[in-house]
Amino acid sequence: MDTVIFTIVSLTVLGFLLSLILYFVAQKFKIVEDPRIDDVEAIMPGVNCGGCGYAGCRAFAEGCVKAENLDAMFCPVGGNETMQKVAGYLGIRVEEKAPRVAVVRCNGTCDNRPKTNDYDGYSSCAVMASLYAGDTDCRYGCLGQGDCELSCKFDAIKMNPVTGLPEVDAQKCTACGACVKSCPRVIIELRNKGIKNRRIYVSCINKDKGGVAKKACAVACTGCTKCQKVCAFDAITITSNLAYIDYNKCRLCRKCVTECPTQAIWEVNYD
Amino acid sequence: MIKTFSIGGIHPQDYKISAEASIENFPLAETAYISMSQHLGAPAEPVVAKGDYVKVGQLIAKANGFISANIHTSVSGKVISIEQLQDLAGNISQHIVIRREGDDWMENIDKSEDVIRTIKFSGEEIIAKIAENGIVGLGGAAFPTHIKLSPVPNKKAGCLIINGSECEPYLTSDYRVMIESPEQILIGTKIMMKALNVQSAFFGVEENKPKAIGILKEIAAKSYPYIKIVTLKKRYPQGGEKQLIDAITGRRVPSMGLPVDTGVVVQNVGTALAVYEAIQKNKPLFEGVVTITGECITEQRNFRLRVGTTYETIISAIGGFPKDAVKLISGGPMMGKAVSRMDAASVKSTSALLLLTENQTKRGEEGSCIRCAKCVNSCPMGLEPYLLNKLSMAGRVEDLEKHMVHDCIECGCCSYTCPSNIPLLDAIRLSKYQVLKIIRSRP
Amino acid sequence: MRKLLVSPAPHIHGRESTKGLMRDVIIALAPSLLVSIYFFGFSAIKLILVGVVSCVLVEYVIQKYIVKTKVTVSDCSAVVTGLLLALNLPPSAPWWIVFIGSVVAIGIAKMTFGGLGQNIFNPALVGRVFLLVSFPVIMTDWTIPVSWFRGGIDASSGATALSIVKEGLAQGLTMDQIFEANNFSYSRMLFSKIGGSVGEVSALALLAGMAYLLIRRVIKPHIPFSIIGTVFLFTGIFWLIDPQQYADPLFSILTGGILLGSIFMATDYVTSPMSKPGMILYGVGIGVITVLIRYFGSYPEGISFAILIMNACVPLINKYMHPRRFWKEVKNG
Repeated sequence: MDTVIFTIVSLTVLGFLLSLILYFVAQKFKIVEDPRIDDVEAIMPGVNCGGCGYAGCRAFAEGCVKAENLDAMFCPVGGNETMQKVAGYLGIRVEEKAPRVAVVRCNGTCDNRPKTNDYDGYSSCAVMASLYAGDTDCRYGCLGQGDCELSCKFDAIKMNPVTGLPEVDAQKCTACGACVKSCPRVIIELRNKGIKNRRIYVSCINKDKGGVAKKACAVACTGCTKCQKVCAFDAITITSNLAYIDYNKCRLCRKCVTECPTQAIWEVNYD
Repeated sequence: MIKTFSIGGIHPQDYKISAEASIENFPLAETAYISMSQHLGAPAEPVVAKGDYVKVGQLIAKANGFISANIHTSVSGKVISIEQLQDLAGNISQHIVIRREGDDWMENIDKSEDVIRTIKFSGEEIIAKIAENGIVGLGGAAFPTHIKLSPVPNKKAGCLIINGSECEPYLTSDYRVMIESPEQILIGTKIMMKALNVQSAFFGVEENKPKAIGILKEIAAKSYPYIKIVTLKKRYPQGGEKQLIDAITGRRVPSMGLPVDTGVVVQNVGTALAVYEAIQKNKPLFEGVVTITGECITEQRNFRLRVGTTYETIISAIGGFPKDAVKLISGGPMMGKAVSRMDAASVKSTSALLLLTENQTKRGEEGSCIRCAKCVNSCPMGLEPYLLNKLSMAGRVEDLEKHMVHDCIECGCCSYTCPSNIPLLDAIRLSKYQVLKIIRSRP
Repeated sequence: MRKLLVSPAPHIHGRESTKGLMRDVIIALAPSLLVSIYFFGFSAIKLILVGVVSCVLVEYVIQKYIVKTKVTVSDCSAVVTGLLLALNLPPSAPWWIVFIGSVVAIGIAKMTFGGLGQNIFNPALVGRVFLLVSFPVIMTDWTIPVSWFRGGIDASSGATALSIVKEGLAQGLTMDQIFEANNFSYSRMLFSKIGGSVGEVSALALLAGMAYLLIRRVIKPHIPFSIIGTVFLFTGIFWLIDPQQYADPLFSILTGGILLGSIFMATDYVTSPMSKPGMILYGVGIGVITVLIRYFGSYPEGISFAILIMNACVPLINKYMHPRRFWKEVKNG
């Protein structure tokens, strides 16, 4: 019986002492943080993708609370909905930003852009790009090893084995920018999703002279400037033999699509 | 006594099947495509224009900047264009295209076969003449030789090492040069010793070249006793600069350091010959010995090839592409570059063209790492390739720097020995340059 | 138009392959397998066959139907695990014990970690230790080997040399008395004829296997030599202090699976260190723990546990022990 009493008493005293120590330590080493950071973090999607430019959702929440206005802050995954909630919680206003989506600016499929050699190295676009100009005659086009697919945390970009090009699922894409960074040729661009999810873009980034580009790929942009001449909104610029459509100026009239002699300009979601 | 380096290394078969092919002159091509970027450093600037008539050995491009080299034409004829063309990897660089007319050489070049032994110039004059004649390192890196031979502040070179190892399998161009022009190489060595102001030189040759060792020892004993011929064990990568210095002198080049930090300057055998020809014969660098080899071609050859000859021309001259060949390599099988375009042209540092069949070169199926440590045991720099590969995949740049990925010499021993066919060097090479870029951008 | 093959260097590959390495290990095990079949007859064949077949089967089923990944049984690593497991068992073990051992070895110790190359603990040893702890009676039921021609196994159950020694010491006998009573001699240990598991009976067969592995460069000598050396040294020190209480070093090395363990189990690629300094530390650790368990623990044999304990230390060894680097100093920039 004595042992039992002794055990109970000694353990109780020990427990009490230890909890006292814990209490004082917790008080001494307490980090005072703005309690709003926790609340803003709760609003975040919690994916920690880094698409906002911060090291995770908590860091972004901290940035939001500390910032004077939210104009420079945007969570691509949560989008405008999340940013409005954060703004509402913090009691400030923020402008809605146009939703964006990743766009693959290359249409060099196996049919359009024939292979001129066989690559037998490690299956990585980064390795292939550092080794040589690629397995086709186009020095700028997609290398097809799928670094973009590996980089996507949302399962939104997948390599199509038939065409050899990546395809973006606009529903899943959060425009976080991971695929843009992973492509050594900078083929992928974040562009506005567009009204009714419609977009128009030049699906080529070949900067070689027209003759060279066309020889390498049947649907290359040759920099012929026909699209620029027909655009009534000044949305198209031609630099280094390549046309580029500014998505902020484009009115989706589609005149350039029909005008392009190599069908290098694409229209999405028009049927 | 046979010397060798301390750590790692592999023993591939040496396949010196072209060793008995004596050097022949390659039939001159109709057009020469001479690249302005065939050396380490800034591309040279053309000094001729379209329509100009040039003679063999004439200066057609000037060195542009501190690290750069002059370029001389390898054929006589008319300059038909100066344009951007692709090299063997498809990368664009400026080329001077010359349509050949005859074989008209510059008058000051001594075309005779006589061996000229007296050296008329001083050390500084030698360095200037080497720069003037566009000599670059013919061991593969094409570093401008005059810079390597120039004095460096706070560092003094104590000896010169000539690299005659030719450790890459299949290559025999250096071997043939050592057999056919041994005294000229030794005179070239003497010239470089004068430029560096050193009193001793070592000449390393692997033990699988006994004839070359014999001939060189005989001549050196008679007339060049300050050049010591050293027999090296047949082991890859014996010809790597750092490994060569370790084997011959026992000194170890520090990490992120240069050979001159150990007081040694290393030059390739081909470079020594080019220096002899430049100083004693006024001949600039516009041709070199190239081994054409591979089991799938019927006759092994060693050609004296003019710079700017397209690979297409070279292959058709030996009878066309063999049916079972799948890969054309410029260089050796361990560190050479696979050619992706046949219309690309040879450069000063081209030393071999190797044709391999599918059986010899197609990569096996990749398995998982079995942690056998063969890569660790074979790495001549004492690195851990399995770990560097894993870190590269995960993008852990800081850890890669901690594990010294930037000291990789890209010899390929790790990928060669991996029983699971893991392409270790592919990812390691990428990380190496990433980390080097970061290190060099620090103040 | 001809399409050239393009890849980064190197463009050729050495002759090593995982399958080739496993094949070499199987060849190195062949002398021991043959000796055990000669001495134990049908029992040995049964154990070896069931071991190999069940290991391969378990790996195939897990890879194809459970994890649904590429089936890699053709690299022969499961075959090697099966052989090693069989060689670690007493000759009178029933077939179902081998099967359970295989399920644990491949299913738990190898596949749950991610398959070949990912496991921390040696699969064959995990299987053996699991069986030892779960079925202690069966696992310590040894027989003295009789020749095949004497008509199979009908010997009475005996004990391994080490357990005889331990029991003898507990009973207060001196070493000389124990040796004499049991007719222990070095030649008997080298050429078998002493009790033990299927694989530890003939030291000579095991040493032949080691020679083959060293010549073929499948293993480096660092691990086996550091284990044997450490055990020799430690038992030697104890023996010098009291020769009647502690067995001499040569006896210690030739018995108890030290040879089997140090040549075939500790040198397993996946679970051993990657650098030579690390390997030596690993071997010394195994040697020390083995001797400690033998002399101060309750088990007569310690190498299985010693190897497993050191397996757990290998990631730490790999983190802090690096191969000898080429350079002697580092320059800045």
